[in-house]
Amino acid sequence: MNTAIKKYYYGDIPDGAADNNSEKKSSTAESTWPLWEVFIRSKQGLDHKHAGSLHAADAEMAIQNARDVYTRRQEGISLWVVESKYIHASNPDDAEMFYEPASDKVYRHPTFYDLPDELKHM
Amino acid sequence: MLIPNPQSPIPNPPIPNPQSLIKATLSLADSTLILGQRNGEWCAHGPILEQDIAITNITLDLIGQARNFYQYAATLINQSENKNETEDSLAYLRTEREFKNHLICELPNGDWAQTILRQFFFSSFQLMVFEQLEKGVDEQLAAIATKSIKEINYHIKWSSEWVIRLGDGTAESHNRMNNAIDALWNYTGEFFIPADYEMIDVASLKVNWLEKIKTVFEEATLSVPENTFMQTGGKNGIHTEHLGYILAEMQSLQRTYPGAEW
Repeated sequence: MNTAIKKYYYGDIPDGAADNNSEKKSSTAESTWPLWEVFIRSKQGLDHKHAGSLHAADAEMAIQNARDVYTRRQEGISLWVVESKYIHASNPDDAEMFYEPASDKVYRHPTFYDLPDELKHM
Repeated sequence: MLIPNPQSPIPNPPIPNPQSLIKATLSLADSTLILGQRNGEWCAHGPILEQDIAITNITLDLIGQARNFYQYAATLINQSENKNETEDSLAYLRTEREFKNHLICELPNGDWAQTILRQFFFSSFQLMVFEQLEKGVDEQLAAIATKSIKEINYHIKWSSEWVIRLGDGTAESHNRMNNAIDALWNYTGEFFIPADYEMIDVASLKVNWLEKIKTVFEEATLSVPENTFMQTGGKNGIHTEHLGYILAEMQSLQRTYPGAEW
């Protein structure tokens, strides 16, 4: 069985492409399963971190796929999934004006404090 | 006035006969191993990468359960018969007639619908058996059951959602689920026919099992066949023609290079 999966990346998902639940349910549904982003919390008190992406027909299946694909080796205790089409990305062309002005503003870094040793994850 | 202490009013639970316990443990081991071996055929052939990983995760769970049962069976056999069995010798060096798995486990995978339906039938039954083992007299089987139930709950969730997704999906997927029911239903009766070594009352599980299947089938717009002929024999070593092929493949390495390790 040769099934081509069209994989979209952030920012280039055309209108309607990921919206396959509505009209075209009849044809090859698996070829149009939407892409989901997976976020994993590795332990209590830490935040969810992006782990990767996967395909799934619905949110329930996306959670289960994430469990099977990304938590096989005890990577996490909590999962979030969000359909990739809902992620909006900054434009690489804006990088110069977005990020470079911060490079010479060292006074914004909290490097002038001594942190106590007990403080982790900073 | 004090009531005299009656002579143990509650009889102790029956201690299972050692031979029955060995056979029952082997039967539990064989069903999980053979189904694991079958599901393993999906490795790298799943309908989509994520589900390929899902079915092989389940496979690894099943083989892990099989190992626990084989290790325990080996201990029991070595204690009572002064032999030197191991989990490997029990899995790789017994013949077809000595395997006591349910027939449904050895059937070919068929399409995805048939694979996930078999998993749903088997896992739903397995959960009920393991819940009984957990309450049973044998501490080791109870411990294995407790450890495995968490895995089985996920197998049921995963497979039942697939049954609903395909049953209540497109005309094609609904049709495939009906074909899968036709292919597998005759092999579900064996779950509830006790073998002479049975540790629990399997016949009593039928009502709840059927209830569970019907609940999911209803949501999946599928129906349970009525009054069909049921195949049986696997638990007593009488198998379909498919088991020989599985064993030939699975055991070829140990039989060609006895004691090989890697």
